[in-house]
Amino acid sequence: MFEATRINHKNLSRQNMFRLLLGGMTALLILPVILVLGTLIYKGAPVISFEFLFANPTNGMTAGGIFPALLGTILLVIVALLASVPLGVAAAIYLSEYAPDNWFTRAINIAIINLAGVPSIVHALFGLGAFVIFFRFGTSILAASLTLAIMTLPVVIVATRESLQAVPMAFREACWNMGATRWQTIRRIVLPNAVTGILTGVILEVSRTAGETAPIMFTGAVFFLPFLPQGVFDQTMALSLHLFVVSTQVPEMPEAVPYGVALVLIALVLLMNSVSIALRMYLRGKKKW
Amino acid sequence: MVNPEMQFEVQDTTQNPVKLGVENLSIKYGSETALEGVSFNIHEHEIFGIIGPANAGKTSFLKAINRMDMFNPEMQVNGKLEFSGHDISKVRNVYGLRRRIGVVFPLPVGLPLSVYDNVALAPRLVGEKDKAELNVIVERCLRRAALWDEVKDRLDSLGSMLSGGQQQRLTIARALSQDPELLMLDEFSIAVDPVTTMRIEDVLKELKSEMTIILVTNLVQQARRLADRTAFFLDGKCLDVGITEDLFTGDVSNQRTRDYVEGRFG
Ligand SMILES: Nc1ncnc2c1ncn2[C@@H]1O[C@H](COP(=O)(O)OP(=O)(O)O)[C@@H](O)[C@H]1O
Ligand SMILES: [Mg+2]
Repeated sequence: MFEATRINHKNLSRQNMFRLLLGGMTALLILPVILVLGTLIYKGAPVISFEFLFANPTNGMTAGGIFPALLGTILLVIVALLASVPLGVAAAIYLSEYAPDNWFTRAINIAIINLAGVPSIVHALFGLGAFVIFFRFGTSILAASLTLAIMTLPVVIVATRESLQAVPMAFREACWNMGATRWQTIRRIVLPNAVTGILTGVILEVSRTAGETAPIMFTGAVFFLPFLPQGVFDQTMALSLHLFVVSTQVPEMPEAVPYGVALVLIALVLLMNSVSIALRMYLRGKKKW
Repeated sequence: MVNPEMQFEVQDTTQNPVKLGVENLSIKYGSETALEGVSFNIHEHEIFGIIGPANAGKTSFLKAINRMDMFNPEMQVNGKLEFSGHDISKVRNVYGLRRRIGVVFPLPVGLPLSVYDNVALAPRLVGEKDKAELNVIVERCLRRAALWDEVKDRLDSLGSMLSGGQQQRLTIARALSQDPELLMLDEFSIAVDPVTTMRIEDVLKELKSEMTIILVTNLVQQARRLADRTAFFLDGKCLDVGITEDLFTGDVSNQRTRDYVEGRFG
């Protein structure tokens, strides 16, 4: 009664074949990740020490630590976040909650998506022209961070807009029907329920800028500084640029140092990502509908 | 045949002052007409039923009263709607108008707030901050919506976690917290169990002494049980309006109305 017919056999073998194929592809994807991380840890871990993280570089950067670069990258990301988050969230709120749905709004939305595809070197030159020269910020943390902020603005807007639109329309209508203004509705119902998505999306996107090199190279990051930046109008070192320098520009660099710098950079980005993911899991547990 | 009990209950609400005057009202979405040439008066302390099949224009009618066309550029309202004698198209403070009108939707909308905050929202929107005052309002509205006993021990739990029937009563409590002069219910029993439906119907009968109620319903028998007067909407037109019992006893001008209330289509 339950004997397998020929067609059953065929289906079964086909099913096994595809499972193998899809599994193989996945393995192929994971492989590079493991190789990269493995190499970095294997070759870079030995140089990581308290001194490596918290001391100034010495001896033409071949010895000592990377503290100015580590601090610089953290500063650049924080100032970029401070600029892009309020601006991007405000723009997203306007676009999704206020703007009429007409060709103009749609054109702006398309422009924003396209802006996300602009190569970072183009942003770099824009930042040089706009912030360094026109606004006279000079090559500084401020100019570099604003360049990074402009670069991340589109993804901040898109992430925010998606979180806002995930809040059901019925909630807004219920509020409007009670005599709430648009702003009261946004403030009391929409934003509190979108904030998880906004926060995690933004951290995830912006943490990626920690690794950017081109946009900060012309606008505020330098190869070497003998002192720490004292304010946003100072130049700074940064991990990404430092990695470039120690890998290519300094003769007699101990082989392990670039790996160590790369490891610290990746760890920093992964740390920010895991904060974002942890936050998301924590807040999702409190999801309200 | 006239039900003697019914006859005893019927009182002539048309003697009451007019709460909502509707004159030659038409509603369009783009070029499509949703409602055309509707005229009647709704009187104070009356439960005014609106019956009719899907897409008759019932929901659009309620939206026009609450000026929801403001949020939908497609929606155009023509003709005259007078709320307590004021032309609502000329009302400057539409937020004030909406606060005088409570709305209950077909599917309960428990806002993602606690039970307490759901009911306290409307007073808070107009600046009420006094905790003691809010406590009084919340308890009063939940009691009137016949929900207090079920939720009094968990006012802090999420409104959206209540059962469907409880959420619908929460929605009613929220509408009552606006202290409305007009309460509009749009097919409130569609997602509610029969027991809760009966409880809400009892609530409405009591509320009638304090406010005017528009009851849009997909159940003709519900209109018969509750409404003093009833209008029959079909395909964007109001085919009949009158004392509810007249619609059911055949004293109507329109054959379609008789067919609908007797269940021959719908
Ligand atoms: N937002 C809208 N946009 C376009 N057409 C609509 C919209 N809402 C309702 N309509 C149309 O208006 C007519 C009446 O709908 P509605 O008022 O919802 O009727 P009912 O509540 O009696 O089912 C329908 O033909 C419907 O397709
Ligand atoms: Mg409807």
